Amino acid sequence: MMLTDLTIAAARDGLRAKKFSAAELTQAHLDAVAALNPRLNAFITVAPELAAQQAAAADAALATGNAAPLTGIPLAIKDLFCTENMRTTAGSKILESFVPPYESTVTANLLRDGAVFLGKANLDEFAMGSSNMTSAFGPVENPWKRRDSDAALVPGGSSGGSAAAVAARIAMGATGTDTGGSIRQPAAFCGLAGIKPTYGRCSRWGVVAFASSLDQPGPFARTVQDCAILLGSMAGFDAMDSTSVNLPVPDYEAACRRGVAGMRIGVPREYRADGMPAEIDALWRTGLDWLREAGAEIVDVSLPHTKYGLATYYIVAPAEASSNLARYDGVRFGLREPSHDLTDLYERTRAAGFGAEVKRRILIGTYVLSAGYYDAYYLRAQKVRALILKDFTDAFTGVDALLTPTAPSAAFAQGEKMDDPVAMYLNDIFTVPASMAGVPAMSVPAGLSAQGLPLGLQIIGRPYDEETVFAVSQVIETAAAFSATPAVIAGGRA
Amino acid sequence: MSLDTTTVRRIAKLARIRVEEGEVARLQTELNGILGWIELLSEVDVEGVQPLTGGAQIALRLREDAVTDGNIAERVLANAPDRVGEFFTVPKVVE
Repeated sequence: MMLTDLTIAAARDGLRAKKFSAAELTQAHLDAVAALNPRLNAFITVAPELAAQQAAAADAALATGNAAPLTGIPLAIKDLFCTENMRTTAGSKILESFVPPYESTVTANLLRDGAVFLGKANLDEFAMGSSNMTSAFGPVENPWKRRDSDAALVPGGSSGGSAAAVAARIAMGATGTDTGGSIRQPAAFCGLAGIKPTYGRCSRWGVVAFASSLDQPGPFARTVQDCAILLGSMAGFDAMDSTSVNLPVPDYEAACRRGVAGMRIGVPREYRADGMPAEIDALWRTGLDWLREAGAEIVDVSLPHTKYGLATYYIVAPAEASSNLARYDGVRFGLREPSHDLTDLYERTRAAGFGAEVKRRILIGTYVLSAGYYDAYYLRAQKVRALILKDFTDAFTGVDALLTPTAPSAAFAQGEKMDDPVAMYLNDIFTVPASMAGVPAMSVPAGLSAQGLPLGLQIIGRPYDEETVFAVSQVIETAAAFSATPAVIAGGRA
Repeated sequence: MSLDTTTVRRIAKLARIRVEEGEVARLQTELNGILGWIELLSEVDVEGVQPLTGGAQIALRLREDAVTDGNIAERVLANAPDRVGEFFTVPKVVE
């Protein structure tokens, strides 16, 4: 077995048992990045020297018996997290040369716990997208291939680089952010586990803002347990984020071992969307069988406002984005275009610095917040959002968690769904409702499509109950015994 | 509600994004596609529903109104595209 094949849990044990050093583990990943990143484009910035320094520090900590939970574990950091003195672009030309003078809370927590940062992962511009095609730094290639086709597929988005890096085994885990599905959908497309925790569980401080009432950091990894390890470090109260929740961080790793005996698992009937591919519906039923066999009771539930989730999202998120992105004005940081007066400076800078999808969302957001339309669009969407939350609150009076598919399809090819923004938005149909309600949700690889691509199931939990989400996810992962590997992988086997 | 080209230009002005004349028709089509789709919400009965403004179901914290940070002008200005001393610069606004 190669070092790049190890899980985080196994690497942690191997480092402590001195089977290999943190320097060796990091170098194996840096070599894999050097070999595969020119093709995958999963990293916007690679930081080999910093990673080597951090690995050396990890070896020193290990030598003195002072290892922390992530000591020596090489990770990819979505390029939406500000990293002190390391360029942070948000996938946008407008931040192409931005070097933050401070560290985000989540990445600071990971560094506190000994992690090694390989570099900054590619993403859709300002996390707006479901394919990584909107990045100003080019698309990311999904390491998975359809059977008998070498067509380049998308890794999903917006955390596409994070997902591709972990799937190709050029990073052991990664941070992502999820606003409407940006962790769960790429996890499903790349055959990974990925969790969006409860809104407020991970600090947003130092994360480039997209839609502040929805944005939530979370981890990607190749196993449920590895996600639990990462989230245990990333989560926690932070006075710098006014919506950070002041609750103790539970032992998520222990929660993975709880099992589901006696649990009630809800099946939201409205998720049986018309036109859902038969293989995804079949996988969903198989997942329910696995939970039933493990001792759970399966219960039919209703989330009546499900069909309004996406439309609500595409009012609320652009409205918040139009406000958040007002800061990119060419004055304090970022790109500045030559101009003859101040308004011209703003307009030229923003026209040159933002890509097409970001502009579309800013314009939609500006419109739904403008005088005369605010009540009809934005206020109405906030009321529908309240109804969506009530759906979940009502459902959770009778069940411990919900099981649904993560996405309505497997990974699609680069260039597909690019002509019609709404067709791209439909990717998030199953992930957006949990985002609107702020509840935790995880995607776990559960099987392969007929074309040989990974498919994910989504486990949705009660607010602040990631532990149950991990317990259910672990049962799915164990039953699925997902062992397929992508076509493009460190070491070049497969 | 469908946007005309005048409204597209007005929104772009409000958003401070320069839009070239040749882009207006394409933007109009794209924005109307999205708006037509989110019209779906008009069928929901929201009578008496309190709007949900935030993601967290917790009351926002208050803290003492005190200065907790500062004296970091160099770091604040480190990414400025243009500066004079400890100031950001903009094109001349007043004659």
